[in-house]
Amino acid sequence: MRRFTLTIAGLAVVALAGCSSSSSSSTPAASTSPSASTTGSITVFAAASLTGTFTQLGKQFETAHPGDTVKFSFGPSSGLATEITSGAPADVFASAATANMQQVVTAGDASNPQNFAKNIMEVAVPPNNPANVKSVNNLAKKSVKVAVCQPQVPCGVVAAEVFKNVGITVKPVTLQADVKSVLAQVELGNVDAGMVYVTDVMAAGSKVKGVAIPAGDNASTEYPIATITSSKQKSEAEAFVAYVLSPAGQQVLGAAGFEKP
Amino acid sequence: MVTRTAPSHLTARERARRTARGGSSRSVPAPLLAPALIAIAFLVLPLAGLVIRAPWGHLGAALSGSDATQALILSLWTATVTTGISLVIGVPLAWVLARSSFPGQRLLRALVTLPLVLPPVVGGVALLLAFSRVGFVGRYLDYWFGLTIPFTPLAVVMAETFVAMPFLIITVEGALRSADQGFEEAAATLGAKRMTVFRRVTVPLVAPSLGAGAVLCWARALGEFGATITFAGSFPGQTETMPIAVYYALETDPNAAIALSLVLLLVSVVVLVSLRDRWLRGGSLS
Repeated sequence: MRRFTLTIAGLAVVALAGCSSSSSSSTPAASTSPSASTTGSITVFAAASLTGTFTQLGKQFETAHPGDTVKFSFGPSSGLATEITSGAPADVFASAATANMQQVVTAGDASNPQNFAKNIMEVAVPPNNPANVKSVNNLAKKSVKVAVCQPQVPCGVVAAEVFKNVGITVKPVTLQADVKSVLAQVELGNVDAGMVYVTDVMAAGSKVKGVAIPAGDNASTEYPIATITSSKQKSEAEAFVAYVLSPAGQQVLGAAGFEKP
Repeated sequence: MVTRTAPSHLTARERARRTARGGSSRSVPAPLLAPALIAIAFLVLPLAGLVIRAPWGHLGAALSGSDATQALILSLWTATVTTGISLVIGVPLAWVLARSSFPGQRLLRALVTLPLVLPPVVGGVALLLAFSRVGFVGRYLDYWFGLTIPFTPLAVVMAETFVAMPFLIITVEGALRSADQGFEEAAATLGAKRMTVFRRVTVPLVAPSLGAGAVLCWARALGEFGATITFAGSFPGQTETMPIAVYYALETDPNAAIALSLVLLLVSVVVLVSLRDRWLRGGSLS
């Protein structure tokens, strides 16, 4: 029995050693910046449609604020809002719709959100356009396989608005988690068309083709940003929000196809 | 599977005590008790949380307020079809792995059981690359038959079968290996053809494992998420199974998510109870 107990204890020590070494190696950023008093690492929860621009803004911000690091969690605004109200450790929230920001504000996790961008919809099709989609009206055809965001995600809400404006009923084959996964289905050629933002078509380059939606039928969404009340890096978080709203930030967003709020 | 060898250095008193208590030792040593209690708390507390936080007063409303019913129906029938397919093609494979020998058999067994350890989402990506409209198999299905698999209930069944069938295969294979082949040899000696032996002797012999494997396969198929959402997508009534409905409901209607989770928890408990003879009493599988 004694030998058995010792074996267990030995195994536990090995296991703990394994855990600690792996955890320290997985967070090199934290271990290399011990002087956390003046600089900090902030986590930004941002809508999936901001993936490209915010990654770039993060790098520029880090250059402008030496020592600060910005980490991102990109996803559907609705999912991110739920995560934040459930206590996820975010410092900044950038939502693709006012409604999801409002959810966080109502829960007391953020205040005074500011709009920093606006986006409109476009139809993304694979480069060879297999279903020969010429306009958004074609999406009503039963033979056209369409991917749309989940109805609670901003891109799903705006897509539904567009369909309503055009006066068509679209039966998608799949409701994706966020706009980037709609885009991925188009890129993979799994669907004939996907409802995404103009900025996503632009970011995808030659991997998809865009079919513009007439301005009269199109719908837009506003992007609000705010710091999270429980943030422990309040000044860095505020600095990042200010950077997004600054001319430098607005230039990056404008170049990616976002409109001014 | 688990074999117990009796320690030979026991005192007469201890041996008598163990005999009286069915072989278990007298007490749990403290260094084992504390971690064991932590493990119990870790496993039981989340389930308790689910039960405590459940909207018991308006469970019905929470369930009907979402796409729960059609998600549940879809989940139940796809898991059942998956189990049926697994029985039809998985059991013969288990027999091939257990009873025949050919070059590359060990490699084949490794390949067949790979989905057991493969992250399901990777399985979904693999299925997508093979069977999507531009996949190397799916392209021809689309070109020749106009058949596109992703985003259909068929894709759900395929994803579930990919992930769940190996559970049935290894359960049945293990039973076939440990079953007494004397009966089969006797039947063969008496003139029974090989298929007759399989149907009348082998299958009845491993029937309990067949049942357990089928239930295990069904439960795994019911809970499938990663491969399904990756390969089949998500659309209510078509490909949105219960786990996917729970996942999305958490964003919009947490009460519905909890209610749906409770339904799945209930189903799991029923599965466990149906397997109680094999698992809950502990000990060997044979």
